[in-house]
Amino acid sequence: MRQLIQILMVTLFLSLLVPGEAAAQCKGFAKSLCKTELGDYLHDGNYHAAVLVEGEEAELYKTFYSDLDYRLAICSADGMPPVEFIVYDATGKVLYNNKDEGPAKTWDFRLESSQQLKVVVKVSTFGSREQLPVSGCVAIMFGFKAK
Amino acid sequence: MNSKLKILPLILGVTALAFCLVATSCKGKTRGDASRDKAEAVSPDEQTMEQIKNAEKVFNALPTPLEVAQLMKEAGARFDATLLNPVENKSNYTSSKSMALNLGTYVCDLSFASMYDETSLLVNYMEAAEDMATGLGILDAIDETTVERLEQNINNRDVIMEIVSETFLNSQAYLEDDEQHAVAATIIAGGFIEGLYISTRLVDMKNYKGNKLVQTIADQKMSVDDMIRLLETYTDNTAIRELLGPIHDLKAIFDKIERSTTPSNAQYNEKIGMTEITGAAKSDMKQEVFLEIRDKVAEIRNSYVN
Repeated sequence: MRQLIQILMVTLFLSLLVPGEAAAQCKGFAKSLCKTELGDYLHDGNYHAAVLVEGEEAELYKTFYSDLDYRLAICSADGMPPVEFIVYDATGKVLYNNKDEGPAKTWDFRLESSQQLKVVVKVSTFGSREQLPVSGCVAIMFGFKAK
Repeated sequence: MNSKLKILPLILGVTALAFCLVATSCKGKTRGDASRDKAEAVSPDEQTMEQIKNAEKVFNALPTPLEVAQLMKEAGARFDATLLNPVENKSNYTSSKSMALNLGTYVCDLSFASMYDETSLLVNYMEAAEDMATGLGILDAIDETTVERLEQNINNRDVIMEIVSETFLNSQAYLEDDEQHAVAATIIAGGFIEGLYISTRLVDMKNYKGNKLVQTIADQKMSVDDMIRLLETYTDNTAIRELLGPIHDLKAIFDKIERSTTPSNAQYNEKIGMTEITGAAKSDMKQEVFLEIRDKVAEIRNSYVN
């Protein structure tokens, strides 16, 4: 029994350490892999990344300006199920869903007028209930260039 | 022994579940009361706020210093070095709040200088930003290597912009990953305020009507809302609470700008190889409102720059 308690203590200790590690890896992942998806668009410098679990969602609100062309890139760690992203306008109208294109990892767009958009990122599920849900880093990045 | 083996998977399972819960708590927000009666008709803004409350993980993205600098340049604004925060001021910043706000300020000044190819200013402003980052304990965000890389590429605009973008990313990423979200938000706010300060000071009042820069500033109304939502996430932080008061005052002035929109539509344009989002929006900012904004922004900025 004492051995079991020791195992439990060690596992709990590790479980508290791992999220920090995962977050640190998230930064490296966003910088090294996700940024390359922006191609010749200049990364705006913002950092939006989090450890998401299979089936989990995240939302991002950002105002985009009519004078610039934008690229939105979504990246997820290896072994994660596909990540869906949907872009809505302020009234809730769907402007883009990456599922319609693959799912695509990037979306290039420009606006006639500046407006606030909402990006919803959804990690899909592998569908197996027998295993623990997969978790990993998901990063949302924006690049821009002059029109 | 057998009974121990039987219980082991259960213990590990519970521990793994605990791990998942802790891991996903990163930057997470509590789900709001989803059962609240919403029978009353709500405006799109109220709907947005409600959606935010109900979201598990929410990011509020403000325009970054580089984006603001690019917008200013696109609007035809000129560069004026006298509007930047002098690097000599850096020794005045000793509190975590003033260092965070002025890290944002210096990175914004650096962005303007790099966007306008003002190479003689770059190293000094990068060093000022480095000092602020060091003071905040963000040792790997900006270091001597960053400054050296900047010096080596002083005439390569693309590389310089890349370095400035990385500097901002590293500062935020380090703090976010270290669970110092409030400090990261303060840096972002500092950068945004500096961008507003510089742009409002660059408006030529003799050419107010039809001025593209004025339109760009009026468009910041939405970003001020984004900033308030970002800061309100961290009201347990004293520095942010102090900052929120004047920023709410600023929002009240921005709210005087009338904005009308028509429905948007997204259509892929093969010619340009990207989606075009149509839908017109018009912001009407009267001169007196602009002057109020200009003064309030200067007041907020001067409270931590001077």
